[in-house]
Amino acid sequence: MNMHAQPANDTAATNLEDRLAEAARFVRMHAIASIYHAGSGHPGGAMSSADLFACLYGAEMNVWPRGIADPTRDRFVLSKGHAAPALYAVGAYYGFCDRKESLNLRKLHSPFQGHPHVLDLPWVETSTGSLGQGISVAIGMAIGLRLQNNPARVYTMLGDGELQEGEVWEAAMSAAHHKLGTLTAVIDYNKLQSDASNDVIMRLEPLADKWRAFGWDVQEIDGHDIAAILVALRHAGETAEPSVIIAHTIKGKGVPYMENIPTWHGSVKFTRQQADEALAALGASADEMKELLDV
Amino acid sequence: MSSPALIASNGDSLREAFGKALSAMADEFPKLVVLDADIAGGTGVHHFRKSHPGRFVQFGIAEQNMMAAAGGMAAVGLMPVVTTFAVFCLRAIEQARLSLCYARRNAKIVASHPGLDVGPDGGSAQALEDLACFRAIPGMTVISPADATEMALATRAILEFDGPVYMRTGRSPSPRLFGDDHVFRIGKGQIIRQGDDLTIIACGAEVARALAAADLLLRDGIQARVVNMATIKPIDAELVARCARETGAIVTAEDHNIHGGLGGAVAETLAATTPCPVEFVGVKDVFGASGEPEELAHHYEIAAPHIAAAAKRVLKRRRADARVKIK
Repeated sequence: MNMHAQPANDTAATNLEDRLAEAARFVRMHAIASIYHAGSGHPGGAMSSADLFACLYGAEMNVWPRGIADPTRDRFVLSKGHAAPALYAVGAYYGFCDRKESLNLRKLHSPFQGHPHVLDLPWVETSTGSLGQGISVAIGMAIGLRLQNNPARVYTMLGDGELQEGEVWEAAMSAAHHKLGTLTAVIDYNKLQSDASNDVIMRLEPLADKWRAFGWDVQEIDGHDIAAILVALRHAGETAEPSVIIAHTIKGKGVPYMENIPTWHGSVKFTRQQADEALAALGASADEMKELLDV
Repeated sequence: MSSPALIASNGDSLREAFGKALSAMADEFPKLVVLDADIAGGTGVHHFRKSHPGRFVQFGIAEQNMMAAAGGMAAVGLMPVVTTFAVFCLRAIEQARLSLCYARRNAKIVASHPGLDVGPDGGSAQALEDLACFRAIPGMTVISPADATEMALATRAILEFDGPVYMRTGRSPSPRLFGDDHVFRIGKGQIIRQGDDLTIIACGAEVARALAAADLLLRDGIQARVVNMATIKPIDAELVARCARETGAIVTAEDHNIHGGLGGAVAETLAATTPCPVEFVGVKDVFGASGEPEELAHHYEIAAPHIAAAAKRVLKRRRADARVKIK
């Protein structure tokens, strides 16, 4: 467990699960705020993945802001690059980037591009945004670390629609073939993709069977149950095979008017009223509202 | 029962020269790892697999995953060399774009079996678009050496260079053009035959044919300068402009589509600096077909006589241009 990455101002939260829930709440609020300021962006997947991000950065991974150049740090690759607002938000919460600067999303001269770019932000580890490549990059990292006798672990997060890319299954085959026990893939399985549900666009099920058949250790969990996420990540670290955690999530989770409503799946533009309403639903205080929306 | 002869082990092919050089240099480059997609016997890296098995990583017939994984290996400090056929590099070009070039990784792509030089495997296997495609990616260096001597030097040069590189080797046995004193520098072309009537700028398998064309032209009293332009990107703009100033006419020659490759790079340079008549020798925007490389070179009009004919055309155009200017 990583004890280094603790936010400066969460003295109210005491136990780990409460702290991570608070981190996830911040991730959701910050992602909505940055997408509101940007005038475009993908809020649905940021909401569905927030609890996973909080557990990865707040507890599981051995990585912290001052150690971002440490060769033994764990690596995280956001294969579903369009969830960048959530990655920037969790980075802001744990001190990898500035909370205010990272609200400047998708703007010219901002390092917080629409999809993560490693030359702009070294802590995002690699550049993603074209679906399917991140898991391959993570595999290359895991093989490369092992070749150098480096025990660091590698984590990657994929979207469900992303699993329709053939490269993902090339990658899945190679990770099992090379016995990459240090690799953990987390799937944000919110069942909805850009145009419609996975079932309408291209069926994924039986998804767990597919990964099992490819030689992976497979766990299925509720991706909004922090305790379950922590247990699954811990187990994934103990397998000889590469591990996949299929996290069942709700697109738009935490914002009632967004949850499972198709309009909020793709890149959208928030009105001020919608942003206010979303942050209110997430329990934002007056100060948080001001800090996030009036910049 | 005896095993069938492995065509890949033919002596002086550029792929074999590359594979042997890589293996010989591996100990000097401890971060070097070689990635293969089940064609090590064809790309020449079977030498490396034998000499350095612990640094040889098999990805199976899955080039997209291999290409992006190279980005991950480079991200953790290794220097990956991705090896496959040129046509399969095209399949993984978007991975090369995002995970290698956009992320500015120190990774190398070395492609065997480029162009009509592939021969009997036919049109589906003959990559005639790779120089154009890889040249269009920001930050990518593109190299096509001309003989086995230069291939060994270029192999060292790309390993010493920090940044993504796409380098062509070659399938067929190729003539030795250069001696032990040959020098290769990324981004530098060389005049390998003097002449002042026109300049033939060639790369890869076309360099030998350009030299043969210069011999043919000499019979008609035409003194052709020949430039070996092994680096297509960044092109040696200074040398291209100088040849245009000094000879006033250019022919480009490449085993590649006439669009977007060496000819494109030379023409872009000339248009911006030293406009002069140019003729392009290459495959004329069509696909290849089965046949022996020399047969194909004649069929698709990239052999020495076709380069010589292009030289005569460009000289005729230069004279016409000169008349216009006098008026």
